[in-house]
Amino acid sequence: MSDLLSLSMILFTIGAVGVLVRRNALIVFMCVELMLNATNLAFVAFAREHGNLDGQLAAFFVMVVAAAEVVVGLAIIIAIHRSRGSISVDEVRQVRG
Amino acid sequence: MIPAPELDFALLSPLLIVAAAALLGVLVEAFCPRGPRFVVQTGLAAGASLAALGASIAVYVAGDLGVTDEPGRTIVADEAGVITWMMLAVFGLLGVLLFADRTLDAGLSAFTGRAADRPGSPDEAEAIRFRVEHTEIFPLALFALLGMMMFAASSDLLTMFVALEVLSLPLYLLCGIARRRRLVSQEAALKYFVLGAFSSAFFLYGVALAYGYSGSFAIGALGEVHDDTELRIAAVGLMAVGLLFKVGAVPFHAWTPDVYVGAPTPVTAFMSAGTKAAAFVALMRVLFASTEVDWQPTVAVVAGLTMLVGSLFAIAQSDVKRMLAYSSVAHAGFLLTGVLGGSDASAVLFYLVTYGLASIGAFAVVMLVRDAGGEATATTRWAGLGRQNPVLGVSFAVFMLSFAGIPLTGGFIGKLSVFVEAGRAGYWPVVVLGVLVSAMAAFFYVRMITVMFFTDPDGLAVASGAKITTAVVVVAAVGTVILGIAPGPVLELVQQTGSLIP
Repeated sequence: MSDLLSLSMILFTIGAVGVLVRRNALIVFMCVELMLNATNLAFVAFAREHGNLDGQLAAFFVMVVAAAEVVVGLAIIIAIHRSRGSISVDEVRQVRG
Repeated sequence: MIPAPELDFALLSPLLIVAAAALLGVLVEAFCPRGPRFVVQTGLAAGASLAALGASIAVYVAGDLGVTDEPGRTIVADEAGVITWMMLAVFGLLGVLLFADRTLDAGLSAFTGRAADRPGSPDEAEAIRFRVEHTEIFPLALFALLGMMMFAASSDLLTMFVALEVLSLPLYLLCGIARRRRLVSQEAALKYFVLGAFSSAFFLYGVALAYGYSGSFAIGALGEVHDDTELRIAAVGLMAVGLLFKVGAVPFHAWTPDVYVGAPTPVTAFMSAGTKAAAFVALMRVLFASTEVDWQPTVAVVAGLTMLVGSLFAIAQSDVKRMLAYSSVAHAGFLLTGVLGGSDASAVLFYLVTYGLASIGAFAVVMLVRDAGGEATATTRWAGLGRQNPVLGVSFAVFMLSFAGIPLTGGFIGKLSVFVEAGRAGYWPVVVLGVLVSAMAAFFYVRMITVMFFTDPDGLAVASGAKITTAVVVVAAVGTVILGIAPGPVLELVQQTGSLIP
């Protein structure tokens, strides 16, 4: 059980670090998905520990939300790519920081 | 076999109305011819907001709120929740009216005609020539409104997460489809999206850990005594990170100025008022229920930092829209002082009403001050505005005075009540800091008034006479003054909230 939780925490941290250090918007986006899936692992691990189904149910909700997020996120990334031909989050500097 | 839940449809009617209207809006998009579609969608969205307001009032008057104790409930319609619904419905109505004003930009709305076109391309020129419009903005706004209402009334962490996404995803899109300055707008959308998704992942991990120690998603279970202190602190901390991001508190405020400036101004108006209201009520639900975690000192530090950083940066701005964005950060700090009491939501609710009204009004004024290139947001372009258009000038002055917390405006009563709340909880340093920061913040609010009334025009932008937007400005200004002169009825209303039902 605690092994699963450790794995989920490691995956979550990898995702979080990836969001912070990677520059390509698509990879940043994949890192966010990794964080969500790490959370799913935690949900399922805890559900097993508690012996109820709530956690597994939550994992389904998270999957659906993640899918919706993909739709919106890719739409924004494609729009940006069309207007500037690059999806680096570093070049996105029209607005003052 | 899972037993079917019994739903109290009357209690849920405000949510159901907004949800139904949003879905209907999607159908209108598919079946209504392009000509009348904009007007139909406007009517549908405004009507749904009004109906939701009416239904919320009916639910409130009928009494018997959210006292159900059945296990497994996920939405709670307690006094605070229903009052937030009313507030959000009003913000939604005002926001939709701002979305709908097409007289500002030569018959075109503030949103790009075809978001898929490259900025400056022949396709875009064609879309403008044929007056193609995105009428999807209205269903999107309604979905965001639905998410906000659910967010403020959830009694279950999973529902809260879903509501958080339902409110955020439409706003990410709405931020990216401004007609003018499209590159800035698209960048605002990307920034909001990446940081928003990042922070909701933190919130979600907090939910997972809370489920880990309590074995349930009920917010009421957060306060359960449990020997695993680390897990509990981590859970509440991670959830607070996600929620503090949504309210724009330091150190999670970095997105606020860029997104507020880049988004189309009607969207900025709507989300500055609506998101803040919904997220603060949700934040209070989580924190107030976490009785076993000593969260107050951390929140006190965050509150102090937020008002200080927001005000300091606002002083340095020479752009009205950006100044308002930083001022919204500062107000998140003032609002957080009202959370420190740890049990009573009424002060924060009143502050949210006054802040939301003034914020929508102020951004509506920003929409009206224009030149050939769209909105003229540089402070220098506003010189002499008060003499050119006294209605706008006086209204904007009222909003500024309310933000500054000058007596006879709603902002004064709001600030007073959150400071009293923090003082009652014993956080005197935060109150003293809050009063000092308010005095400092008054400087740049009053500076705007000086610029508008007592500076000679230097290339003054023209104030548009668009009727709908002007009406929204006037309504917001009158509301702000009434809340300052006769706050009694609204104060009485919010004071009945008592503690939140987890």
